[in-house]
This record gives sequence, C-alpha cells and structure tokens, in this order.
Amino acid sequence: MICDNAELILSVKDLTANVDGTQILKGLNLEIKAGEVHAIMGPNGSGKSTFSKILAGHPAYEVTGGEIIFRGQNLLELEPEERARSGIFLAFQYPLEIPGVSNLDFLRVSYNAKRKHEGLEEMDAFDFDDLVHEKLGLLKMDAEFLDRGVNEGFSGGEKKRNEILQMALLEPSLGILDEIDSGLDIDALRIVASGVNALSNENNAMLLVTHYQRLLDYITPDYVHVMANGRILETGTKELALELEAKGYDWILEGAAA
Amino acid sequence: MTIEVSTSTDSILTNPEVGTAKVSTNKLSTKVDRAAYLGNLLSLRSTVDNLPWLQELRDQAAAIVQELAIPSTREEDWRFTDLSALVAHTWQQPDPAIDLKACDSIVLPEAGCRLVFMNGVFKSHLSKLEDLPAGVFVGNLAQLPSDRLAAVQAALGHQTGAEEVFTALNTASLTDAAIVCIPRNVAVEKPIHLVFLSRTAGTTTIAQPRCLVLAETGSAVTLVEEYSSADAPGTYFTNAVTEVVVGDNAQVNHTRIQWENQQAFHIGKTAVSQGRDARYTCTAISLGGQVSRHHFEVYSQGEQTHSQLMGLTIVDGDRTADTHSLIAFSKPYCTATQVNKCIADGKAHGVFNGRIYVPKLAQQTDASQMSRNLLLSSKARIDTKPQLEIVADNVKCAHGATVSQLEDDEVFYLQSRGIGADAARKLLTFAFATEIINQIPVASLRQSLTQMMRDRQAAS
Ligand SMILES: Nc1ncnc2c1ncn2[C@@H]1O[C@H](COP(=O)(O)OP(=O)(O)OP(=O)(O)O)[C@@H](O)[C@H]1O
Ligand SMILES: [Mg+2]
Repeated sequence: MICDNAELILSVKDLTANVDGTQILKGLNLEIKAGEVHAIMGPNGSGKSTFSKILAGHPAYEVTGGEIIFRGQNLLELEPEERARSGIFLAFQYPLEIPGVSNLDFLRVSYNAKRKHEGLEEMDAFDFDDLVHEKLGLLKMDAEFLDRGVNEGFSGGEKKRNEILQMALLEPSLGILDEIDSGLDIDALRIVASGVNALSNENNAMLLVTHYQRLLDYITPDYVHVMANGRILETGTKELALELEAKGYDWILEGAAA
Repeated sequence: MTIEVSTSTDSILTNPEVGTAKVSTNKLSTKVDRAAYLGNLLSLRSTVDNLPWLQELRDQAAAIVQELAIPSTREEDWRFTDLSALVAHTWQQPDPAIDLKACDSIVLPEAGCRLVFMNGVFKSHLSKLEDLPAGVFVGNLAQLPSDRLAAVQAALGHQTGAEEVFTALNTASLTDAAIVCIPRNVAVEKPIHLVFLSRTAGTTTIAQPRCLVLAETGSAVTLVEEYSSADAPGTYFTNAVTEVVVGDNAQVNHTRIQWENQQAFHIGKTAVSQGRDARYTCTAISLGGQVSRHHFEVYSQGEQTHSQLMGLTIVDGDRTADTHSLIAFSKPYCTATQVNKCIADGKAHGVFNGRIYVPKLAQQTDASQMSRNLLLSSKARIDTKPQLEIVADNVKCAHGATVSQLEDDEVFYLQSRGIGADAARKLLTFAFATEIINQIPVASLRQSLTQMMRDRQAAS
C-alpha cells in the first residue's frame, strides 16, 4: 500500500558491486517506503540474488560504490547479524540444510538475539514454544519440523515455508524474499503467500524477487521493477508484470540498449 | 552381477596450507634402536604366578614382540602418526601405592554395574559389581568362576590381529583383565560401565589395561568403555586392548570414550568378532592424548551380521589423533555402516584410515563408509584414506571422504538470522559433532559430552 508520507525504509543509490573481481551490480537505484510491496523481475543472471545477498551482508560480495541507507542507517557499516537484528530479513533462494542444529533451537537463538538487541529479556523456552506454535499454524506446518535439523531433508516447499516461519518470528521491517515461489505447488504457494500477506503491514515493506506473475496474483505488488545486467531498467505497477509475462524481457532490454 | 563402488574420492585429502610434522630430537633412527626400545617396554612387565595358561599366552605374545620394533613413519600403516614423542620418554611401571578414595566424576547414573581399573589394576572399592541379572559375570580374572574359565581361555588373546605390535605387547604383559560374560539369551537392561583410569605420581608410567567381552548366542548388552585420568595431570602411556566376541544373533551396543589428559599417549585396540546374525554397534569418541591411535577391527564371521561404527575425534593444539579401522567380511549377506568424523583445530593432526575387506565368499555385502572432516584452522591437518578391497563381484560398497572448513554460506545463513559470527561457527562445529554424540544410547553420557564441547568452545 502506497502512502506518501510513509517512512523511507530502504534507499539504494548508484550501487555497484563485484564478486570475485567481476562486476555484477552496475549502478542500482531503489527506494522502498513503509507499507509497500515491491517486486523485482528480470532474466537469469541479472543480479537479483546478488542484490538480495548484498542487502543481507554476504561477505562474498564487494560493494565498490554507491550507498544503502536502511531506516536512516548506513547499512554497509553493519555486520550481517546486526542487519538482521535491526530488521533486515532475507528468505534465501536456496535455503541451506544445517544438520545437527535443531530447527527449534535455531529459531529460539535467533529470536532471542533480536530481543536482546531491542533491550528485551530473552524469552524462556515455554513462552517461546507457545509463540512458535502460533506461527506454525500460519504456515500450516507440522510441529514435527521443529525437532528436525534446520531444513534437514525438507522438501523444496517445506524449506520455503520454513523461511517464512523464520520471518514470522523475527518480524523484520524489510523482508526480502528471493524466489520464494520457485518450485512450490499451488497449495504451498497459497500458504506461503497468505503467510506473507498476514505479515505485511503499514510499518514494514516486502521486496519480492520472482520470475513468475503467478506469485503476484496472490501478493499484490505496489511496484514492479525489471532488473537486467546489474541495473533496474524499468519500474511500473502490477500491470508491468502482466506485460512481462506476455511479452518477455526482450522489449525492455532492447529499449534500454537503444 | 552388480558392483557398485561409488566414491567421492579415494585419494589422500589434506589441507594444502599445512606445515610439516614436528621433529623430535629423540628419534630412534634405526630399527635396531626401536626394537631395543620395545624390548625395554617388554621387560617392565610383572610376573604372573599360578596361572600357567596365562603364562603360556604371555610367552607366545612375548616371542612375537621380540621379533618386532616400535613402528616408524616409514611404515605405511604409521605414515602419518609419528611415535617420536612417545619413544622420547622412558616409561616405568606405576607405583602400586597410587590410589583414589572415591571417584564420583566417573559415575554413570544409568549404569547397573561398574568395573574400575586404575593403572591396569582392578579397584574393587571404586567398582560396583551388583545389580546384574543371574548368570552374568562382570569382574576381574581373580573373581572369574571356574565354569567360565574355559570360555575365557579360548577367547582371550585369540582375535585376529593379535600379532600387531602393541596388541602383542599388551598380551605379553597381561596380569589381569576386565571380563564381561553374558550368557545365552540373557538381555542386560542397564549399561555395563568399564572404566580404565590412569594416575601418575609425577613419574612417566605405562599401563596396559585389557578387557574381554563375551556375549553368547542371543544375548544383548550395552557397554560403556572409558579411558581417562579423571582430570589428573601427568604424562602416561595407555596401551589398551579390548576384545569383544558377539555370539550368533547377539547384540552389543558399545560406546568407547577416550578422554585421556592432554599429555597422555594412548594406543588402543578394539577387536570385535561377530557370529551369524550378530549386531554390533559402536560409537567411538576420541578426545584426549598428545598422541592417540585407535585400532578398530571388526571381523564378521557369519552370515547376515550388521555392524555400525560411528567415530568422532576432536583434536587441537599440536596433538595427533589417529583411527585405523578394519571391517573384514567373510560370509554373504552382511551389512555395515561406518561414519567417521574428525574436527581438527590449532596445529593438530587428525588421521583416519578405514579398510573394508570383502573377500570372494562375501557376496551380497552392503557396506558404506563415510569419512567427514572439519578443519577449524589453516594450520590443522587431516589425512583420510578409505581403503576398499573388494574381491566379491556382487556387492554394494560405497565410500566417501570430505575435508572441509566451515562453509561461509552456513555461517552467513545463521548470521542472517541475527546470530553472531562466532556463535554461528560454534553452533556449526557443535552440530557436526552432535550427529555422532547422539548415537550414544546413554543419556547422561551424551549430556557430559555435550557439556564438554560447550566448555571447550567457551574456553576457546
Ligand atoms: N561467486 C561468484 N563468482 C562469479 N560469478 C558469480 C558468483 N556468484 C554469482 N555470480 C554471477 O553473477 C551474476 C548474477 O547472479 P545472480 O545469482 O545475482 O542472478 P539472479 O538474477 O539471481 O539469477 P536467477 O534468476 O537465475 O536466480 C551471474 O552471472 C552469476 O553467474
Ligand atoms: Mg537468483
């Protein structure tokens, strides 16, 4: 929902970044305000995941120019864990499996890290159990998932739901969802999308990276951006996504080249 | 006909950044020197009176020892494990006056009975030999009922591999042994706890504990075998041998924990034979010793045996920890699973050599071996070598080995959820070890090991 005097959550200016010496981001600009849902679409390899991971602070990417301001703070000065505690959340395109760390312990440790950052007391195991069960319901997940290793042996769809479960607990002010819809069957997509919608409110914002209009049928974006070759080439409303679905990206790439 | 041998690597994996092994000034450079050194160790043994059968067993082993020498790194089997630091010491027999009043730290609440040896000597006041089902014997040689003697004589020192140098040295020096006999079809509910303590009084001492477990046909037992100094300092050398005979259709769940102190030398042998349909599960944890080596040998002698070998070694500082395992099949339709993990930090050196032998007769064998290794520092080193010798043509054998650092992506995943980098690394290291620790069937032991890991991590 667009609201003119809403808080500026994210402001990215002329961002350039390398990985292993190769430039991937080539001057990216983006502004996101509280209450908004943005979608980034674009061809494979255009830098969408790179941008997402840079926001979360992945050490493999070297920012060579530009700035990222998150709620008035210079994001590039913060460690990944500090970004997470201040309200950045990245749902990974490929969530990792971490056998041996129980999902429940993982959720509790990260939840309490955030509480500590906010100056709150750690939540005890009983209260946390109640909280996590409530959130499980939102994602229609079985409590059995809590006892398993983080994502260990989860199906693709279960991993994605587990990512949203984490987001539901951490209540970020910016949720970056990298291809949260890829590989989901229609029922799982509905569950994930309704989870995201339930978490969206006027104080936070969502950035969806996707290849498919289908996700946007369930989560309505306020803005749709087209990314190619490390830049945002085109920004429009949800109608742009429909146009992309029908015509592909070539017309935008050609327009940019001309 | 199917032969499935899948492998991720069969070469020796090492960290490319490693330094060279430390060089001792006291190297016994010739084989004659190393044979003489071994001869000195043999001469330390005390005599046994009134047990002619034992004397005979000792004499046979002594004859083998006299032909051998302390191995050097020029021998393939000892290539990565340098005993220079061991032979730099002159070992003595422990003072028999050394004793302990009590030792609460070793008590396992779940265990029914406890058999304690200190410096190779049975300690009845530290042991608790009650709470056992009828017919079960747990005790030392002196307590052995006469009707058990024949079975013990037939088994003690008779496992394949008895001529290996340290095994033969142990047998040649044998004065007493921890004996466990589970009669036919008896299931012992509570774990049997076997504790081998070492204590020195400022001198460098050698102890050679010995253990024999006979699980007869259809019996079931859980064993916890522990080597430790109970937190006491001192340089000592433990040369231990345990033989386990798992009878037809019997089931043995074995936990072996080596948490000697950091100055200790530990060379241990576990030799297991399995009869038809026998199930043997072992979780071997190796934590202590400046140089430690575990020879772990499982001989499957009947059809349809199942063996599960789980290993975890944690080594740091400039210490060396070595596991040499062998699973030797001889009959068809047997299965085995082995997972060996090693975590090396500091300038430590971890070694794993895992042989699996499948002769022509052992058709339909299904065996898998996985060696997973974690390097926590750029100066640590791990050598891992799976060795599959497969003669049979209709078998399924898989093996693989990985040596890795903590994945940046894994650390980042945890960081991206607000967990600090250091805490994330500890959590991941912990998780790596937990997979093996969780196999241990005794809850209090799992807890102490978990606590030990947390303490080590807090200290680092
Ligand atoms: N570690 C790396 N080393 C070299 N190149 C990399 C590395 N990681 C990513 N790249 C390259 O960066 C470019 C952008 O990759 P990125 O994953 O950001 O694309 P994407 O837009 O998310 O693509 P997709 O839609 O396929 O997920 C690609 O060309 C990719 O090959
Ligand atoms: Mg991507």
